[in-house]
Parts: sequence; structure tokens; C-alpha cells
Amino acid sequence: MNSVLVFVEQRQGRIKQSSLEALSEGRRLAKKIGSTVSALVIGNQIDSLVNEISKFGPDFVILVQHNALANYSPDGYRDAFLEVVKQEQPKVILVAGTAMGKDIAPRIAAKIDAGLATDCLAIEITDDAIIATRPVFAGKVLQKLKITSSTKIATLKPNTFRTEEVSTKAPSIKKITPQIDPSKWRAVLRGIQEPEAKKQDVSEASVIVSGGRGMKGPEGYKILEDLATALGGTVGASRAAVDAGWRPHAEQVGQTGKIVSPNLYVACGISGAVQHQVGMANSKVIVAINKDPEAPIFKFADYGIVGDLFEVIPALTREVKKLYGKE
Amino acid sequence: MKIAVCIKQVPDTSVRVKIAPDGKSIDAAGVEHVINPYDEYALEEAVRLKEQVAGSEITLVSLVPDKAQQIVLKALAIGADKAVHIKADNVPNDSLAVAKVLAEELKLGSYDMIFFGKKAVDYDNHQVGAIVAEILNLPCITGCTHYEYSGGKITAYREIEGGVEVYEVVPPVVFTQEKGPHEVRYPQLRELMAARKKPIATKQPNFSAPIMQTVELSYPPPRPAGKIVGKGVEAVPELVRLLREEAKVI
Ligand SMILES: Cc1cc2nc3c(=O)[nH]c(=O)nc-3n(C[C@H](O)[C@H](O)[C@H](O)COP(=O)(O)OP(=O)(O)OC[C@H]3O[C@@H](n4cnc5c(N)ncnc54)[C@H](O)[C@@H]3O)c2cc1C
Ligand SMILES: Nc1ncnc2c1ncn2[C@@H]1O[C@H](COP(=O)(O)O)[C@@H](O)[C@H]1O
Repeated sequence: MNSVLVFVEQRQGRIKQSSLEALSEGRRLAKKIGSTVSALVIGNQIDSLVNEISKFGPDFVILVQHNALANYSPDGYRDAFLEVVKQEQPKVILVAGTAMGKDIAPRIAAKIDAGLATDCLAIEITDDAIIATRPVFAGKVLQKLKITSSTKIATLKPNTFRTEEVSTKAPSIKKITPQIDPSKWRAVLRGIQEPEAKKQDVSEASVIVSGGRGMKGPEGYKILEDLATALGGTVGASRAAVDAGWRPHAEQVGQTGKIVSPNLYVACGISGAVQHQVGMANSKVIVAINKDPEAPIFKFADYGIVGDLFEVIPALTREVKKLYGKE
Repeated sequence: MKIAVCIKQVPDTSVRVKIAPDGKSIDAAGVEHVINPYDEYALEEAVRLKEQVAGSEITLVSLVPDKAQQIVLKALAIGADKAVHIKADNVPNDSLAVAKVLAEELKLGSYDMIFFGKKAVDYDNHQVGAIVAEILNLPCITGCTHYEYSGGKITAYREIEGGVEVYEVVPPVVFTQEKGPHEVRYPQLRELMAARKKPIATKQPNFSAPIMQTVELSYPPPRPAGKIVGKGVEAVPELVRLLREEAKVI
């Protein structure tokens, strides 16, 4: 009745790192109110995930399995999730703020008349409410949003909450075969297109090397790919580069792109417009490489190099490789 | 096809926002409002579908203050045919309450397709579209970049981490819009004039009791001023040293 329920997302049997962050936060909240925390996993043939999830200290792991739930289905996952919510009647539901999390959380909120705070940076819990801190107005303002419905739902901003492995007693496992009827599903997943070269998504990367109009054209990104590879990161882009057709929208960082929070963000040939800034200002460390010493990006970058990126980036790649002993 | 597009006004994204003296709202003085960019993308997709399917009609539904009518007019000029302006000077920051009012109105129209933005870039709540769909018991695909229409079926493309989910759905359906491949058309003067003659119905909302409220707004701590490490290639070794020893990120 008083419990915390955390939705642990998996795709193709891989658990999302941000779900483990949510689980750790769920455990901390449960401790504060003296209740239990349950990890809910939906999918098919996912028994083997229990080990990894258990490290983060849930009291219960609820496995909802059905062969029609192997891939995400908005209708199917909502129905399976709701079945568990109705049984558990949790006080708080936490979901990682991923594409799947952002899709499913409002559906559950609607079905149980619950308040939903999205993209939370911090959560306080009291007897009858939660107060979520979240960025609003493109990160220019922080909001404290109080939710007083009997169940409260929050999606958590990835890369924000600390994961915490604990050694407690093993969780109890509940297995559920949900009462779902795939023939009634209306939005039907026909397939998942993956790019030819599998690439880490900017929203999940811990290092991003991003290029803007200063890259001059699509060919320019080769040197960014090399630097990203050397740093173990992925490539991002400004809207100017995406609108020019040099890079796919999936890589766009900013207000109408992705909001990222890596450890290291290297902005190359990006001026630092406010709409770009709001997408990356949460990065732990920002490096800017720009030939214009007056570029706004230097006002909020931690480290800057003024210079021609076509010279600086290859030099930086060489230096990083040297550091990691790859050359 | 009957298409609805829900649009909201947001402060122009490039302007500074100031917290009002009550500490819980934004000072409206001097703030310019624009159509939420994701709602504009949604409208663009709706207009493209309308151009493909003869006899289609686009209705705007907007729950905004009286003086926000200018955004409704602009959206009419971009390509909508008529509008329902539900007037409220103080729209509560409670997505469920807002969704219920919109759902009540949308139910009346028996729309084949209802478009929302994936989120409004004021409070970034990222939920109203999916909530409305669930209230109306309609299928819903969120965060779509674009669509293909053929033989009464719609294929919708939804970006996920590292890929694209491809959905197929038969109307009636709700979509929430991500930025996609299409640029929003810019209304010409002639269209802006014509928009003034398009019908706008006005209504009053009935809000349910709130379950969410803003208790405080504050400014995030500013990022500490950074440093220019140096100029050109010579600065690279020092940058790498700082990233390694000071920032400890590589
Ligand atoms: C509603 C709205 C939403 C938006 N959303 C986004 C968003 O999500 N993401 C986003 O990025 N933008 C967004 N924008 C656009 C934003 O305002 C800027 O136009 C955009 O970020 C500029 O991209 P840029 O920095 O790559 O290009 P520019 O501003 O043109 O900057 C290019 C930079 O490259 C430097 N440069 C050029 N050549 C070199 C070289 N050889 N070596 C080193 N430096 C060089 C230049 O000095 C310059 O600073 C949005 C705008 C609006 C109105
Ligand atoms: N007051 C409103 N009037 C009309 N549409 C709205 C309103 N609030 C939200 N919406 C729609 O819901 C989408 C998501 O908003 P939100 O969940 O508030 O981020 C927006 O992009 C609009 O399409």
C-alpha cells in the first residue's frame, strides 16, 4: 500500500542504466518512509535479469512476461503495468526518463488519476505528497512541483541520480502472466529500424563530441568520429548542422533535440545559442573549440580553445590516444 | 479526414524569463509569446496530411488566455480551417486538469486524428497528449517525427534511443509530435489576412480540482566561469592535462 514501485526498462534483455538509477532512488525514498521498493520488469524471457537488478536492493522483483511483450507496445505495456499498479497500489512510481519511460508514464497517470512530474532532478517525499525539482523554461528556471494524488508518478532525468549497489538479502520474486489481449492492440509495432552502424545515443552517452555549422559540411564529422572513438563517446550535433542535412535529428542536442547530461561535452564549431545551451548545460564538464573568441559558448564552457577546429581536433585526438596508450 | 491540432502558447524561447514576486509563477510583463514549437511541427504534419486526403479539415483547439488569440490566428494562417479557443487567463499547471478540459472538447469533434506537441517548452510537462488519448480511449503514438498515409492506414515513425520504431495504426488516433524532417511553412500576408475570416468558437473551461501545483520557482546556480586554455594546437596538451588531472573526466 505504501510502497515504491520502480519500472525497470529492458530492451532486448538489456537493462537501461537510467532504470538502475531510478531503482537506487526508489530505494532511498522507500527507506525514508519506512516502506518497501519493488522493481517491475516487463518483457519476455527476462528471468535472467533478476541477478543484475538484485544488486540494487529491491525488496521485490516483479516479472511480467508474455511472448507478445518481447518488444515495447504502448497498449501492451500499459495494460501489463496497470495490472501490477492495481495489485500493488504503490504510493510512488518511478520511471527512467527514456523514450519508453516518457511514453508509458502519462498513460499510467491518466488511468489512475495520478499526478506526474517528468524529468526530475530531485525528489522529496512526505507523508502525503512528493515534491519534485525539475527544470522548466528550457532549464532557465527550476520548479518545485508538489503532487498530492494518492499515487504519485515521476520520471527521472537520466544521468542525474546516483546508482548504489547494496548487499541486502535477496529480493522476493513475483512472476505474473498478465491478462492482456494482443488482438485488441491498436498501435501496432511493425519494426524497429536501426542505423547501419550501431551508435550510442546522445541521451545515454557519457562523452559527447558535438559539431555545429563550423564543421562546414558532412565530411567534417569524420574528425569528430575519430575523437569520439578515442574518448569512448558518441557524436552529437547542433540544429544548424541537422537542418543543413549533415547529421540525423537523433543526434541533435538542444531545446528541440535531446537534453543530454554526459560527463564530458566537447562543442566544436558551435556558437552556443541559448537553445543549444539548454540541451547540454547539465553536462559535468564542457569543452569548447571555436575560432571566435567572442562566441557565447566560451561564457559557459569550463575549458576553451580558441582556434581552427580542423587543426585542434586532430591534435586533440592524437593527444588522447597517446594518453590511453593507443599510439 | 477530420483532424484536430492542440496548440499552446509559450514564451519566446530566446528571451529571458523572470520569476514573479510570488516566487511561483513567471512575470508576464514584456514576455513575447509564440506557438509552442512542437505544436507548430504537429500543425505542419497535419497540413501535409490534409493536402493528401481530399476533403480534410483541420480544427485547432487551444486552452489559452483571451489575449493569446494571436497564436490561434497565426496557426489558422499556417493552414488550419477553424479553431476552438477555450479561454482561461489562469490555466492551472496541472496536466491532468488541462488534459480533461481538452479531452472534453475533443470528444465533441469525432476527429480521425488528433495531434499534440510532444511537450510544451514552458513547463516541459511532456504528458498532455498521451493523457488525453487515454481519457478518450484512443490509440496514441508519442514523439513521432513523420507519417505516411495510405489505404486508410497511417505509418508513424517514432525515435527511440539508437533507432526508430515504426508503427501502423488505423484512425481514430492521437499523435504527439517530435521535431521531424519537415520545416514549418511560413504564412504569407495573404494567408494572415484570410485567417481573420476563419471561424473561432470561444468557450469557457471547467477545471477539476488540482493534484499538482508549483510550490516554488528558482534560478539554477550559474555555471562557474570557465577558462580559455589557450590558442590553437599548442593549447591541446594543457587541455588534456586539465581534463585528466583537474576535471578528472578522461
Ligand atoms: C524554437 C527554436 C528551437 C531551437 N532548438 C535548437 C536545438 O535544439 N539545438 C540547437 O543546437 N539549436 C537550436 N535552435 C537554433 C539556435 O538558435 C542556433 O541557431 C543554432 O544552435 C546554431 O548552431 P551552430 O552553433 O552550429 O551555428 P552558428 O551559430 O552558425 O555557429 C557556428 C560556430 O562555428 C564557429 N566556427 C566556424 N568555423 C570554425 C572553424 N573552422 N573552427 C572553429 N570554429 C569555427 C563560428 O565561430 C561559430 O561560433 C533553435 C532555435 C529556435 C528558434
Ligand atoms: N493549454 C493548452 N491548450 C492546448 N493544447 C495544450 C495545452 N497544454 C498542452 N497542450 C498540448 O499538449 C502538448 C504537450 O504539453 P505538455 O504536456 O504540457 O508539455 C502541447 O504540445 C500541446 O499540443
